[in-house]
Amino acid sequence: MAIKKFAVACYDDEEVLFPAVKKVRNSGYKLHDVYTPFPVHGLDGALGLKDTDLHVAGFIYGVTGTATALGFMSWIFTSDWPMVFGGKPHLSLPAFIPITFELTVLFAAVGMVLTFCYLNQIMPGVKKHVFHPRQTDDLFVVAIELNEHVSEQEVVDFLKSTGSVETSVQVAESEWWYGRWDKQEEYEKA
Amino acid sequence: MHLKYESFVREPLVDGDKTYHQVTEDIVRPIEQKPGRMWYVGFFFSVALLLFGVFSVFWEVYYGIGVWGINRTVGWGWDITNFVWWVGIGHAGTLISAILLLFRQGWRTGVNRAAEAMTIFAVMCAGQFPIFHMGRVWDGFFVLPYPNTRGPLWPNFNSALLWDVFAISTYFTVSLLFWYSGLIPDFATVRDRAKTKLRRMLYGLASFGWTGSAKNWQRHEALSLVLAGLSTPLVLSVHTIVSFDFATSVIPGWHTTIFPPYFVAGAIFSGFAMVQTLLIICRRIMGLEDYITIGHIEAMNKVIVLTGSIVGVAYLTELFMAWYSQVIYEQDAFKWRIMGPYWWSYWAMMTCNVVSPQLFWFKKLRRNIPFTFIMSIVVNIGMWFERFVIIVTSLYRDYLPASWTYYSPTWPEVGFYLGTFGLFFTCFFLFAKYFPVIAIAEIKFVLKTSGESFKKKMGVIDEKSTEDFIHEQESAHH
Repeated sequence: MAIKKFAVACYDDEEVLFPAVKKVRNSGYKLHDVYTPFPVHGLDGALGLKDTDLHVAGFIYGVTGTATALGFMSWIFTSDWPMVFGGKPHLSLPAFIPITFELTVLFAAVGMVLTFCYLNQIMPGVKKHVFHPRQTDDLFVVAIELNEHVSEQEVVDFLKSTGSVETSVQVAESEWWYGRWDKQEEYEKA
Repeated sequence: MHLKYESFVREPLVDGDKTYHQVTEDIVRPIEQKPGRMWYVGFFFSVALLLFGVFSVFWEVYYGIGVWGINRTVGWGWDITNFVWWVGIGHAGTLISAILLLFRQGWRTGVNRAAEAMTIFAVMCAGQFPIFHMGRVWDGFFVLPYPNTRGPLWPNFNSALLWDVFAISTYFTVSLLFWYSGLIPDFATVRDRAKTKLRRMLYGLASFGWTGSAKNWQRHEALSLVLAGLSTPLVLSVHTIVSFDFATSVIPGWHTTIFPPYFVAGAIFSGFAMVQTLLIICRRIMGLEDYITIGHIEAMNKVIVLTGSIVGVAYLTELFMAWYSQVIYEQDAFKWRIMGPYWWSYWAMMTCNVVSPQLFWFKKLRRNIPFTFIMSIVVNIGMWFERFVIIVTSLYRDYLPASWTYYSPTWPEVGFYLGTFGLFFTCFFLFAKYFPVIAIAEIKFVLKTSGESFKKKMGVIDEKSTEDFIHEQESAHH
């Protein structure tokens, strides 16, 4: 939990957002985050974000699924309870392919979604501060963290000069907490 | 960086002069309004059907599987027919959301959410049939490989029926995850504009606390792409494995290698027909004509005529192979399909699946909404008969003429089938009321390249040289 002070600017077009983000990065102010209503291609590059390794995690989960399915079925049919089905060998690999494939996909998908939720810190019951209610509708929101080294007015004036349609200064929790979304007013008072 | 070139000749995916906010308004409006009278009528009718289905199933479980019309010769009747039919319908959603994503088909954005929902509900319906066909349904968990006190005695991993257990449950889980991960940002949109406290709380829970942070979106896109990559072979594998239920046995008419591709094509065929049936009603009632345009309907009709033709070729190939193989059992099976006691089901299948979809070669008919609606129902009737033909007309005259029989369903079988319609439409009505029926974020993503008002400005871009276009795009973002 960390209550911080933010200067917030809202833009109504991604064409304005890109040069603004560039200016913010060059200005040296501490960029907290950018919020968009839909994935804006190239924004991660403009913000200097590294590529995500989520797909690598997915690969590892997939391989785990493959190994689990093959290992489990082979162990059962060769050592735990060997049985003869239609005179076929105990280790009838071609017949194992469908289940091996399904488990590969299942492990990869479930693992990736859980990892996705963990990395993004999202799950039912999680509450996060929303800087502008329309950041999931049509506004692109840039939040700059304020500290004792910068003057509040200076940052707001700077943000206004970048073509924003709305600016504000907000004191808010920067991390997530367990909470209900209908108790917004109570959180703001606290 | 966005270097995708979109020609202005291509039809817009979103009609009308829309802003981002207008898109949100249009799609979230049905959630925030009270549903109309039609919704209540439809919903309660569906719930009534569902309750009748529950009663039919209760009857079957209480008195045993003998209350169904199936017998020693025809062991699979309406139940497995309906199972394969529903699973087939459940293929369009993932095809639209996964395969068309990999093929970069922009038109999928308008229909993918509803199609995926349909997939999930159809698979839920499908799953009921094999479960209750088990008879002693309380022992149903025996199909799962868990360490038990009977040895442990494991299921037979070489059996196509067990592969089905894995395939259907994996398909359901992965489709659900794919669908829900796309819904999270849209639930956040509904949450942030909610006027009532209850709505804010419920959509707050459903949205997992999504805020739209840039890093979260980056991961979201990586997740969608990999899930699409995983679902693409998955959707093909599911109906392949369903077809193995038949193809790995030695029944004439079943024991053939063309079953997997033939089943997959049929599944996509019937799935798209069901998407058409639902979306033609949805777009009309919910006023979403700007997002599910006539162009979308035409694109899906093209898929229907393609897959319908593949299915037609498969039917003819089966006949050819029966003749060419010189196996009398195979030949008789097909002879009796055509002119035996079940001739009506064979010809219903042929007319609905092979002949009538060919009308979609005419552009006028592909873009005709009432015609498309009627065709979508005709196709699904045809595909139901296809499964009936494959299952019943291969079984009713087996190798021993003394056990030849004629099968017709009893009321609990029919009631069970009607009950799954109840389940399907109950779920769909709830979905249409409480969920964003169209992927809001995805529509906004394509709006500036494929929206009507933005397309009008595109003539200028088309006259530019490729180098200039790339140069401009690059300098704009760096």
